[in-house]
Amino acid sequence: MSVQPAQPTPPGSGSGEPALEVRDVTKRFGALVVLRGIDLVLRQGEVLGLVGDNGAGKSTLVKILSGFHQQDGGDVMVGGERVHFHSVQAARAHGIETVYQDLALIPQLPVYLNLFLGHEVTKLGPLRFLDKGTMRKLARQYLDDINVHVPSVDAEAAQLSGGQRQAVAVARSVRAATKILLLDEPLAAMGARESRLIIDLVKDLASSGRVSIIVIDHNYAHLFELCDRINVMQGGRITIDQPVHETSLEKLTELMISSYRSQLEEIPNDGA
Amino acid sequence: MRLFLYQRELTPVLITVGLFAYFTIRAGSTFTDSLSLSSAAGYAGPIGAIAVGEVLLLVLAEIDLSAGQVFLFAPWVEYWLHNLGVPLVFAILLALLVVCGVGAINGLITVLLNVPSFVTTLAMNFILFGLVLIYSDMTQGTPIPLSSSNGSPNFSSQLMGAWLWSEILWVAAITILMTVLLRRTRFGVRIIATGGNLLGAAEAGVPVKRVKVWSFVLCSFLAGLVGIVDAVKYGSLDPGNFGVDYILYAVGACVIGGTALTGGRGTVIGAFIGAILIGILEDGLTLIGVSTNDFYVWVGVVIIFAMALNAQFDRLIARSRAA
Repeated sequence: MSVQPAQPTPPGSGSGEPALEVRDVTKRFGALVVLRGIDLVLRQGEVLGLVGDNGAGKSTLVKILSGFHQQDGGDVMVGGERVHFHSVQAARAHGIETVYQDLALIPQLPVYLNLFLGHEVTKLGPLRFLDKGTMRKLARQYLDDINVHVPSVDAEAAQLSGGQRQAVAVARSVRAATKILLLDEPLAAMGARESRLIIDLVKDLASSGRVSIIVIDHNYAHLFELCDRINVMQGGRITIDQPVHETSLEKLTELMISSYRSQLEEIPNDGA
Repeated sequence: MRLFLYQRELTPVLITVGLFAYFTIRAGSTFTDSLSLSSAAGYAGPIGAIAVGEVLLLVLAEIDLSAGQVFLFAPWVEYWLHNLGVPLVFAILLALLVVCGVGAINGLITVLLNVPSFVTTLAMNFILFGLVLIYSDMTQGTPIPLSSSNGSPNFSSQLMGAWLWSEILWVAAITILMTVLLRRTRFGVRIIATGGNLLGAAEAGVPVKRVKVWSFVLCSFLAGLVGIVDAVKYGSLDPGNFGVDYILYAVGACVIGGTALTGGRGTVIGAFIGAILIGILEDGLTLIGVSTNDFYVWVGVVIIFAMALNAQFDRLIARSRAA
């Protein structure tokens, strides 16, 4: 598979059934209220962009959806079924994979074991011996398919560049995701070439229609290229929900500023 | 050169071979005869048994300071149970179950209450030591079942330690098993992942808490198992033995073997070789008439030397990768 030139996402894609619904989800850490009632819909095959200031609660929401944190209130529905994930494994069992901001690679493990971390291929039944040969072969083939270049699949992750590490982390989740893929700043610390690679990877996956995707990113140009719809998070709530083909960077910025102002007026001393 | 750079066990192997050659030249056949070598193995056995389990925890960036006391505690539990009329086989199995429980408590307190394992296991060390002192009534030289002092040795007593070489063979077998566990199984990958990047491993779906608790259980179990073998070998129990003496040698053996205390890296074979090295050093120095006091100085020097050499290797590796 070659790297395809960037194509605008056809409008209206992902208008099917909701793959994921979040209803009035709240979360606090001690005295700090992070999510104040999140309502969000991710449709089947859709790519949804999530933007907002640092501390708006984006990463917390993603960590709830991936089973890393548990919400205090509200419901999460996957494919119409109400779920409550007590662990990352439970979310995975529902086909949800996540790429985290802080890169879940293990520096001391080789690339191929990182790629299969949490999804190891094992043999000899309950003894869970690693099938290293199979994992090496599959890893080499897969990274080649998606044009991720690493010195060797046997190289330790510590030896890779920041961009290569990020590419492997994204590749791991893209490979394993069956229903929903959550990307928390997948392009942070990446060079132009590597960003391109990840964008194409995600777009390929999205165009298959098999997987629905939520992307958090601070780069609006990337989001406008990748997403069908953009949600803005401010102060622990979703304040703006706009299809990409109905808005522009300027319009979205204006909306965000006015929403921010009205929030300030509404709750003048909140959080102080 | 590449092979040299990537084999962390090579430093202790070279030092061990060097010491072996030195003592052979200095003491000749007195050193190489089987009685002397078995006494070197006698020093190395307990250290190795504790070290090969301890490596797993060091790779996890945790530590078990109670493993030395567990090594001494297990045969006492066996002895008490047997005295209460429990058949010997069951007394041994129950004693092993008890030390697994000790490991589980160490692990659970560490991961659930967020207490550093250094503190948890330090406390456990004192608790176990106290329990031995209380329930042994401070009687020294308590004979242990199976030992050769209790009649003629048979196969099972020889297997469990009465034979001169059985303890070190137990440790060697465990070394192989633990190496396979760490290098070839999913559990091993999870240990390395948890120790290398705790948050990252958890995010990737590795059950990091479970991995830690089971590793504490395993470390305790191995120390307790060889502890029983060791007690049978010496034929009696001494309540005054303090586990910290053992654990510090064991950690030293791990470090000599090339295991960093920073997590994510470690070698079981290295820990075993480190234990052998300490055993040869102790036996050899005794034979050439150097006082035991000097032995401590030498152990310290070797630990620093091995650590410095490994640090240099790491820098060379980093440089060869950058190039």
